[in-house]
Amino acid sequence: MHLKYESTLREPLVDGVKDYHQVTEDIISPIEGKPGKLWYVGFFISLALLGFGAFSVFWQIYFGVGVWNLNKTVGWGWDITNFVWWVGIGHAGTLISAILLLFRQGWRTGVNRAAEAMTIFAVMCAGQFPIIHMGRVWMAFFILPYPNTRGPVWVNFNSPLLWDVFAISTYFTVSLLFWYSGLLPDFASVRDRAKTKLRKLLYGVASFGWTGSTKHWQRHEALSLVLAGLATPLVLSVHTIVSFDFATSVIPGWHTTIFPPYFVAGAIFSGFAMVQTLLIITRKIVHLEEYITVGHMEAMNKVIVLTGSVVGCAYLTELFMAWYGANPYEFATFFKYRAAGPLGWSYYIMMTCNVVTPQVFWFRKMRRSVAVTFVMSIIVNIGMWFERFVIICTSLYRDYLPSSWSYYRPSWPEVGFYLGTFGLFFTCYFLFAKYFPVIALAEIKAILKTSGQNYKEKMEVYEEEPAEKFAHDVAHSH
Amino acid sequence: MAVKNFVVGLFDEEAVLFPAVKKVRTAGYKLHDVYTPFPIHGLDHAMGLRETSLHTAGFIYGITGTTTALSFMSWVFNVDWPLNIGGKPHFPLPAFIPITFELTVLFAAVGMVMTFCYLCQVMPGVKKHIFHPGQTDDKFVMVIELTEKTNAEEVKSFLASAGAHGINEQKAEAGWWFGRFDKDDEPYLRKVHTANA
Repeated sequence: MHLKYESTLREPLVDGVKDYHQVTEDIISPIEGKPGKLWYVGFFISLALLGFGAFSVFWQIYFGVGVWNLNKTVGWGWDITNFVWWVGIGHAGTLISAILLLFRQGWRTGVNRAAEAMTIFAVMCAGQFPIIHMGRVWMAFFILPYPNTRGPVWVNFNSPLLWDVFAISTYFTVSLLFWYSGLLPDFASVRDRAKTKLRKLLYGVASFGWTGSTKHWQRHEALSLVLAGLATPLVLSVHTIVSFDFATSVIPGWHTTIFPPYFVAGAIFSGFAMVQTLLIITRKIVHLEEYITVGHMEAMNKVIVLTGSVVGCAYLTELFMAWYGANPYEFATFFKYRAAGPLGWSYYIMMTCNVVTPQVFWFRKMRRSVAVTFVMSIIVNIGMWFERFVIICTSLYRDYLPSSWSYYRPSWPEVGFYLGTFGLFFTCYFLFAKYFPVIALAEIKAILKTSGQNYKEKMEVYEEEPAEKFAHDVAHSH
Repeated sequence: MAVKNFVVGLFDEEAVLFPAVKKVRTAGYKLHDVYTPFPIHGLDHAMGLRETSLHTAGFIYGITGTTTALSFMSWVFNVDWPLNIGGKPHFPLPAFIPITFELTVLFAAVGMVMTFCYLCQVMPGVKKHIFHPGQTDDKFVMVIELTEKTNAEEVKSFLASAGAHGINEQKAEAGWWFGRFDKDDEPYLRKVHTANA
């Protein structure tokens, strides 16, 4: 009998007959083999997108921000939409690894590594947008409070835009540390079974010389727990602060107190959708169906339907408050120019994708269908992109002065830049999927004997025993 | 850094490992370490290791971040360059909270990870002796240090009776050194040690 016990009523988290060595074998052998054809195709498409993105950014920096279709009225367009979208996606990783760790959700172990990687890559993509949006990117360091020869003139610590600088950079750093500290033992596993010299050298450096000493594990556990405790309020603070960028302004449609929880729910919603998209592809290509099971996907779909409904409530609350608040400008923004008007179509895409379609996940059959989950994960991210577009553009394009009303559609460098971040994201993800242990090896081993299928089956014997007999046997075996 | 003699035994089951650790401790052998591929809860207590103080360090780093952020922003707004921003106060505490919070988390996280690396002596380029490659795969590797008082054969048979297999004796560097995992640099290290001794 193992030291811990989990009810057999719970679905196994690892399918199939596994022992510790088999887990290592399953997760590390894809790193040691040659990548398949699909990997190369995907990788080179991503690289091409990245190249196109780099060209678009070069174009914008060379000719100036004027190559974008932003105008005096719509000053934030695709750039900030994409920024908020990517940051939102970046929320699921830390949520899975931190909040679900604190809640002792065993299923997180199968998906946390890939989700954290996704977080880091998404935040990398997000960070580009505000920086390039500055126009004179070579002066981007002006946002940092450093002693300078201009006074020194410091940054404005009252500004939510500056809070964003701190929030995003802290989030990136902490996520990276959390992710990498978890990777150390797994890199050591790759290192110790490596057959080639190069692999021994590289994974030796990457593993920082990890040995698996009990004292080190004790500290590692303490570190993970405290980092999780720190990352939990952090993940909530980041999108809260992003929402402050809007909520502290006086633009009707932005100036609402509901924004922080509404943005955080939306971020988790889109982040989980992106995790689903990536994991459904990864589990297929790397053959990890036994570790990323349908049960894992169902658990995430439950989060999606919950957060999707929270977001839906927020949409309706906003509409209600626009009417109930009796502010004519706010009423006009929501009912005349957001739900109707030239950009009104985007509002209905948002509503359909974020509020209506996710309701299919109330049905167990749908939650457990890989195809439905995959399609839904993409629909949700389209919806969440449009949510940001709706919030930003439909609040701006009809401002207080009818003579400055305008319309907005992106120019090719804006679209190119967005595609470029997809390139960056997937280039990084493909490299990760090939060279990193995609599943947290040590964590899976730690739950294997309580949640692995073959171990759970052994427990059924005890489960069927009457409690008295069990207690009697245990009392005599010690 | 010192080269020592060890007796190494492998275990496959947690249920065998725990009583074995207890036996080693009661017998009074010097338990160097138990290397495991994943954290085994309670093993640190079974081995008699004290609780880590990493949490406390994290707390101290955190409040350092809090005070740094608050005092720096107050100094900038009140002392160094009191700038009138739309008539807003020079000590707007609510507006300072977001950055203060972020720096608290940042200092605590970075400080803790660095302390962790320092305490565990892990860093890129650091190398340590790996007693058995299975210790990061599926084996629990118990390592007992041989002192003048212990007899190698006696420890070996003791480990065998405690349920270990693959028992062997190793002469190895107990600490860390800068090295590469693709090279066997321990013979070189040993030579350096003999020269020093």
